[in-house]
Amino acid sequence: MYKIIRKEILNVDVELMEIEAPLVARNALPGNFLIIRVDEDGERIPLTIVEHDLKNVTIIYQKLGYSTKLLSQKEAGDSLFDVVGPLGQASHIRDVKRVLGIAGGVGAAPLYPQLKEYAKRGAKVDLIIGGRTKEHLILLDKYKEFCDTVYCATDDGSSGIKGFVTQVAEIVYQNYKYDLAIAIGPLIMMKNCVILNEKYDIETDVSLNPIMIDGTGMCGNCRVTINGETKFACVDGPDFPAKGIDFDELMARQKYYNHEEDHICKMKLSK
Amino acid sequence: MKRDRTVMPVQEADVRSTNFLEVALGYSLDDAVLEASRCLDCKIPRCVAACPVNIDIPLFIRELKGKDVESAYFTINKANILPAICGRVCPQEKQCEGACIVGIKAKPVSIGALERFVGDYALENKLSSDEIIIENNKKVAIVGSGPAGLACAVSLRRLGYTVDIFEALHEFGGVLKYGIPEFRLPKNVVDEEINKARKLGVNFHKNVIIGKSITIDQLLHEENYKAIFLGSGAGLPSALGLAGENLTGIYYANEFLTRVNLMKANSFPNTPTPVRIGSNVAVIGGGNVAMDAARTAKRLGAKNVFILYRRDMDSLPARLEEVHHAIEEGITFNLLYNPVEFKGRDYKVNRVKCEIMELGEMDDSGRRRPMPTGKYKTFNITSSIISIGQSPNPILKKATPELVVDNRGRIVVDHHQTSIDGVFAGGDVVSGAATVILAMGAGKEAAVAMNEYIESLEID
Repeated sequence: MYKIIRKEILNVDVELMEIEAPLVARNALPGNFLIIRVDEDGERIPLTIVEHDLKNVTIIYQKLGYSTKLLSQKEAGDSLFDVVGPLGQASHIRDVKRVLGIAGGVGAAPLYPQLKEYAKRGAKVDLIIGGRTKEHLILLDKYKEFCDTVYCATDDGSSGIKGFVTQVAEIVYQNYKYDLAIAIGPLIMMKNCVILNEKYDIETDVSLNPIMIDGTGMCGNCRVTINGETKFACVDGPDFPAKGIDFDELMARQKYYNHEEDHICKMKLSK
Repeated sequence: MKRDRTVMPVQEADVRSTNFLEVALGYSLDDAVLEASRCLDCKIPRCVAACPVNIDIPLFIRELKGKDVESAYFTINKANILPAICGRVCPQEKQCEGACIVGIKAKPVSIGALERFVGDYALENKLSSDEIIIENNKKVAIVGSGPAGLACAVSLRRLGYTVDIFEALHEFGGVLKYGIPEFRLPKNVVDEEINKARKLGVNFHKNVIIGKSITIDQLLHEENYKAIFLGSGAGLPSALGLAGENLTGIYYANEFLTRVNLMKANSFPNTPTPVRIGSNVAVIGGGNVAMDAARTAKRLGAKNVFILYRRDMDSLPARLEEVHHAIEEGITFNLLYNPVEFKGRDYKVNRVKCEIMELGEMDDSGRRRPMPTGKYKTFNITSSIISIGQSPNPILKKATPELVVDNRGRIVVDHHQTSIDGVFAGGDVVSGAATVILAMGAGKEAAVAMNEYIESLEID
């Protein structure tokens, strides 16, 4: 069993947990993820390792489906049935001077360790962060510790401009030039960022979070087509240079079990 | 006196194709004693030589004939700690039963069924051998808790080693858990067999991925393991490489079977992991995994499940018994079809286009080579399960560049010794996807090599 050391409510939809998992923490690097199971018959849920020390790992999750809602019912002092990792390739940190992070919603969590690593290595780092409302902009204080400028966008205009991160980016690009952008968020956001960045000739890295079972390259559910070639997000990724990724196919694959997800949520959580 | 083979009772096909309970129901004691009496107790038993772990088959059958099931169990247990599993999934027709003298004029002695009977009896009656183990306080690490790892672990434990098994998944058993379906190998049988290794004192650690959670280097130099056995199996699915292969509704057998076997998707929504295949399922491939996938799809309620295989019926690599069971359960065999493209709409597969093949000359495998005809046929489908093989998972190699593998990702060994000093390997990770018993045989042999290696360290 893996003990929950700390739990923090970041907003109405998003929570943070610090979990004791020394074997995951031991070799973890920025960009790695882990897989948890909440209980004995639980689904395997992949989540980015946001931070870690020698013993504990931190995850951030959105209460979106049945299993993350179940996870949310756990409190500090409770335990999770399974935690395994670190999985995936560590982020390929490039030798660049100026980096723009673009985070959408809970995508701010997987972006955080990467962007921080760039700052640590001396790159000048800015951030565009978007969310539904002001309170959905997570990790702002932590980002501000190393970002030069943080731009915000919200659906309701409660913080920053009212609109999408791409609209902010378009404005920012009029004044600044970036060697690299890292966009992490919903697939449609990443797709639109990539289209925009190509227009401005900015390379983009993304982090993908497709459906996975084992996370070790065994099932092949997480496959993604990049320039006509099949990659497994779990072992070849989850971070990829965005050029050539078939986002439309990924979106279809992501939605494959939506019907089942609705069904189990209605059946087991509607009370 | 010649007597016909004692037939093992099975669930009726129309009943079993709607449930996940075991198909073959096992012998009664009377059945077992009757079948045991067919054994000729040969002076030079060919069956023993044909068994990858050399069980003393005539002895255990003789004990069974005398209704001494306990002794029969201890006889098997010396060579094979997993009789309830091997009795079910070994390809006996190619091994012990294939070599049986009785088989020349009649059907061979049903050795597999007898082994299963003894194995099940031991589990039901909680027989344990109370082995005395003299601890030598030397640590060895086993990577993977499948058949190779288990066999290696038990052998080393019996020699007195402190044995730690590391498993990447959340349950132990490897392919016995995620790959082979419940109706062929009940998971409680696997768990109980594994418990016997635990009782011997083997330490089991789940959720540890060697190469990620801990590296081989860390095991050897920071954790002080004297030797390591790599038995991580063949977990990487082979792709067809066809257009449309990443449409939704197309599974690799690994994913499909793991969802059902390990994650229990057949119980959805009582368990949270779903699986969806629709009514019309094309299973591509002709091996045991393809049979398992097709029969599982049928049990999930698919109306029409068919095999697409590019050769003919005689060339199917699956065990004959599995093919028969599949046919009885209503699986259709569409032979001499080679898939060339998946088609779909809105990224959802709905057709598979196949080239019609014809049989040519014999190839290296001794089967007639399928030749393209330039004619095509398209099948309507709701989903497809690709079951054309597996190769070793590349995680270990990626994390351990000095580990030498061949061009198919299989670890290269010399007498089970890999290119890294103190690191041994066996089972599917060396041979490519093979059988449970061959993996167990390799695990056992590797244990001997590891013991010799560790002892040689002390002489220096």
